Amino acid sequence: MTLFILRRMLQAFNVLFVMSLLVFAGVYAIGNPLDLLVDPNATAEDMARAAASLGLDQPLWAQYARFLGNALQGDLGNSFIHGVPALGLIVERLPATLELAVVAMLIAVLLGIPLGLWAGLRPDSWSGRTIMAGSILGFSLPTFWVGLMLIMVFAVQLGWLPASGRGPTAEVLGVPISLLTADGWRHLLLPAANLALFKLSLIIRLTRSGTREALLQDYVKFARAKGLSNARVVGVHVLKNILIPIVTVVGLEFGSLIAFSVVTESIFAWPGMGKLLLDSITQLDRPVVVAYLLLVVTLYVVINLAVDLLYAALDPRVRLAGASQ
Amino acid sequence: MNAPREPTLVVDRLTTRFASRSGAVTAVDEVSFSVAPGEVLGLVGESGSGKSLTGFSILGLVDPPGEIAAGSIRLKGRELRGLSAREWRALRGDRIAMIFQDPMMTLNPVLRIDTQMIETVRAHRHVGRDAARELARDALARVGIPSPDERLRAYPHQLSGGMRQRVAIAIALLNAPDLIIADEPTTALDVTIQAQILFEMQTLCRESGTALIWITHDLAVVAGLADRVCVMYAGRIVEQGSTAQVLETPAHPYTRGLLDSTPAANAQPDEGGQPQPLRQIPGMAPSLKEIPAGCAFRPRCTHASELCEQVPPAVELAPGHVARCFHPLPATQGVKP
Repeated sequence: MTLFILRRMLQAFNVLFVMSLLVFAGVYAIGNPLDLLVDPNATAEDMARAAASLGLDQPLWAQYARFLGNALQGDLGNSFIHGVPALGLIVERLPATLELAVVAMLIAVLLGIPLGLWAGLRPDSWSGRTIMAGSILGFSLPTFWVGLMLIMVFAVQLGWLPASGRGPTAEVLGVPISLLTADGWRHLLLPAANLALFKLSLIIRLTRSGTREALLQDYVKFARAKGLSNARVVGVHVLKNILIPIVTVVGLEFGSLIAFSVVTESIFAWPGMGKLLLDSITQLDRPVVVAYLLLVVTLYVVINLAVDLLYAALDPRVRLAGASQ
Repeated sequence: MNAPREPTLVVDRLTTRFASRSGAVTAVDEVSFSVAPGEVLGLVGESGSGKSLTGFSILGLVDPPGEIAAGSIRLKGRELRGLSAREWRALRGDRIAMIFQDPMMTLNPVLRIDTQMIETVRAHRHVGRDAARELARDALARVGIPSPDERLRAYPHQLSGGMRQRVAIAIALLNAPDLIIADEPTTALDVTIQAQILFEMQTLCRESGTALIWITHDLAVVAGLADRVCVMYAGRIVEQGSTAQVLETPAHPYTRGLLDSTPAANAQPDEGGQPQPLRQIPGMAPSLKEIPAGCAFRPRCTHASELCEQVPPAVELAPGHVARCFHPLPATQGVKP
């Protein structure tokens, strides 16, 4: 187990290294941030001074070597625009994005699995068909449009929920959290629902197809022949088998929720990391972009590790590579 | 002969149909038989003959669009047709247990053996987990599993096929049922394991007075195991009698054909020292949608006449030996399997 985790961490470092190299070169290729940073009327000496202060006068490999040296000491550089540490800028926005992603995923899982089970158990019923038709809509409607519609209906016409912003937060150990105030919940509900819709549809479809497949298996027939209640057959024998693919997908989707909920954060003016990334890219703020993507990779690695550990807990046939040696 | 006992199970003119777009398909057609306590009944037929579905019908596990259309199933005198879903559930795994063909598929891969055994006890009896675990361990020991305590904590994939089938048998025995339906439980196993399990099942059922219905396509298995045999063809029982009667003096041409196509029956070499070639029944078993009218075996039968376009009645040829045929074979034509 320890060996397995160590091996994973080693792999993660390789990924982080390659990632930083690619992003560094990529952002460099897009354009020169000096053109955006410095007043167009500035003299050549002003330009040279600005370039020297940001280290942009060096060749790319030297810039990268300096970045790498600092990064190994935990310093990912200062933002060109804001002049403060890039990582701090991102971490400041992390709680807002994290709680949005958690609530969206909870909605998707807590609604998706029961609905998918129901549709899988009664595939020909009116209710089962309705659930499946709904999931197709959830899949195919574009996120930004659904977001606008949610604002139109619930914020503008009905006036039940606020259309934008994060609302009041309560601090826990210095971390601001909306979930602890009623008004924070009201602000969270619309963007979370917007983000959850696609994931919900995905989980419904996965659960349904898994259920239908499991119901044909001999072990389900055998469980029925043992005289078990329907609740036990479905809730234990079927559910534990279909959870394995669902856990994988939930893990991957959770990562993408945290990293790339840019559209929803823009529509609802949610002060999360997605908006920061978008701004940084347009302003060629390389340290922030690099730091952001490195953080995202780290998050993905952690989530995948959690998924693998969950796998082993759910499916006794899975042995973690290296764990049994 | 034993003194007549009240049969555990009486199946009377059981008919199971499937509704389909092209009309109802009769998969089990007026099947009647009975099993006494401690008796082993062999239910023999090719795949698609309705033998497995007969088993599922007795267990009330026919999936829609299939349904039991007519007939009666009486367990110890109690009529099972028309029971509520709840009453069926209470019966399954408690009074009637079933063992399936493929031991690799019947145990749930993600649940431990003890979980799958304890839940079977607790679905039918109000006992604590510890008491249920005791019962489970005893059942494993009874079917010859070494160090049962260790096996209880194992997952199915950690056991061999034969071991898994023993676990399935132990689960069937857990609540001391009146009747066990075994659907080809040894087909997927090695021959040596098969023999062991056959012997153990026979002994266990004799000792506990459990009636056993053994569904198989293998006449050799039936010869060594069953007290009585029913031969099914296209949903009907075409011949039924004691094992000796059916295997030594087959009356129905289909039974005779089955015996002739069993390798063991042809094992004697001819005068030249060469093994005799296997004989086979010409043609194929009909699909359920196109069962011929009258005697279903008619198109493949060398004895068929115009008479066979009617459904043949069940004729008792000897006490307990019944065949549904207009031209039963004379007893002298029999072969020893």
